[in-house]
Amino acid sequence: MAEKVLMKGNEAIAEAAIRVGCRHYFGYPITPQTEIAAYMSKLMPRIGGTFLQAESEIAAINMVYGASAAGKRAMTSSSSPGISLKAEGISYLAACDLPAVVVNIQRCGPGLGGIQPSQADYFQAVKGGGHGDYRSIVLAPSGVQEMFDLTAQAFDLADEYRCVVILLSDGILGQMMEPVDISAVSDNSANWNKSWALTGTGGERKPNIVNSLWIVPEELEAMNLEREKRYRKIEANEARWEEFRTQDADIVVVAYGAAARVAKNAVQGAREAGLKAGLLRPITVWPFPKKRLEALADQAKAFVCAEMSLGQMIEDVELAIRCKKPVLLSARTGGMVPTPEEIMEKIKEAERGSC
Amino acid sequence: MTTQILLAGFGGQGILFTGKVLSYIGMALEKQVSWLPSYGPEMRGGTANCSVILSDESIGSPIVLKPDILAAMNLPSFHRFAQDVKPGGLLLADSSLIEIKSERGDITAHYVPVTQMATDHDLDGLANMILLGKLLAVTGLCGGEVVEAALKKSVPPRKAALLEANIRAVKLGWRS
Repeated sequence: MAEKVLMKGNEAIAEAAIRVGCRHYFGYPITPQTEIAAYMSKLMPRIGGTFLQAESEIAAINMVYGASAAGKRAMTSSSSPGISLKAEGISYLAACDLPAVVVNIQRCGPGLGGIQPSQADYFQAVKGGGHGDYRSIVLAPSGVQEMFDLTAQAFDLADEYRCVVILLSDGILGQMMEPVDISAVSDNSANWNKSWALTGTGGERKPNIVNSLWIVPEELEAMNLEREKRYRKIEANEARWEEFRTQDADIVVVAYGAAARVAKNAVQGAREAGLKAGLLRPITVWPFPKKRLEALADQAKAFVCAEMSLGQMIEDVELAIRCKKPVLLSARTGGMVPTPEEIMEKIKEAERGSC
Repeated sequence: MTTQILLAGFGGQGILFTGKVLSYIGMALEKQVSWLPSYGPEMRGGTANCSVILSDESIGSPIVLKPDILAAMNLPSFHRFAQDVKPGGLLLADSSLIEIKSERGDITAHYVPVTQMATDHDLDGLANMILLGKLLAVTGLCGGEVVEAALKKSVPPRKAALLEANIRAVKLGWRS
């Protein structure tokens, strides 16, 4: 294995994007994700890429739309309030089947909120955010290596399925440093034939059109149903998760991102106290690993959903297990991060309730 | 084994940099490493702190709430974190800026006037490295060559001229 590099999660995202051939980054500064833009601003000019600090988040997402329509790998990043501004653009990208990577280093809200870490944009990322019938693939890294790996994979997924891929992270993961192996990925952007891209006809083919306006309902329904087939394929093929000590678990904790790291400590603590606890960590939160959770519902006595939001992912957990077992919520909000002890208390409560 | 370290002081004392050096030391020792800064308004003129975890196993939460080692470089940090040190843990304090001592009998405490020492030895701004030297001497975490290599990685190229002074500061703390 190559020598590892100590880097921030935000830097790892930027490095991965550049390594897989992203040469177009558009952004607008906001804490706690500004290191992504800073890194891009240093590197892009050296490699002939484009770093552009737009006049607003809305401008930045629409620049992504333009670069993607031209067939280029493009990315923008922001934090929660900025992502709200990008929501319209994400819907347009989805409507035009344009691949793009959108990074959300979540901070606490609602409104301008604060700058401390949060997971309160789960609904926004997973259920839509923008208007209309569409989906984005949502990846939820839990460490700096995964910030790197999943960013690289986000571009592949976006190109493969012609959709927006959201990297749903948070201020802890963006700001923390861990050693990262950055050697494993390379520019594979040529693997996708983007015959739909607006590259100029050269007078030799019919013009390509990128458009999201469909006035005739029959036509729009047909478009949406066609896209829906792709979403079903994504659901069938791309759900990813990691498990820790679930094999004999009575209580299964479900947590993603930074909260999953705390939950892992809680599970270890519960095990030391003699409780059979385990952790399922969704790596994709859309598609959600619902089949695996439903299978675990036959084995587990109860579930604990640990999230840095006031009960968002818990709805997907309850749906996945079809409410076969109780699901307890361990929630913090407003930029507060749970302690392992708090989650462990919920594990104990779940154990008591299910005896 | 897992060592949870909390470094705390004013913004500008090099708290985050000290954490970075410790992280590179951890990497050289082939440990799992995490480094998490406090970020945001509290850093600006207020307290800065940095959680560093070195472990033989994969690291869960990167937030250090109960440190095995606390390096406190100002009084607010001392007040805020000294009671959180694990029983049997280690407290290092800059006694130039912290004139009180912990009343806890269940931890080992070292009070070193690192800010004064830095001034006396023409090492202004490197009190953090003097305290790091003391930390390394007390814990026996690694040898001198590992520290030097970690410093080389931590000092950015544009500040390479400061490397020697950093090494000198670590040695000064080590021998104190």
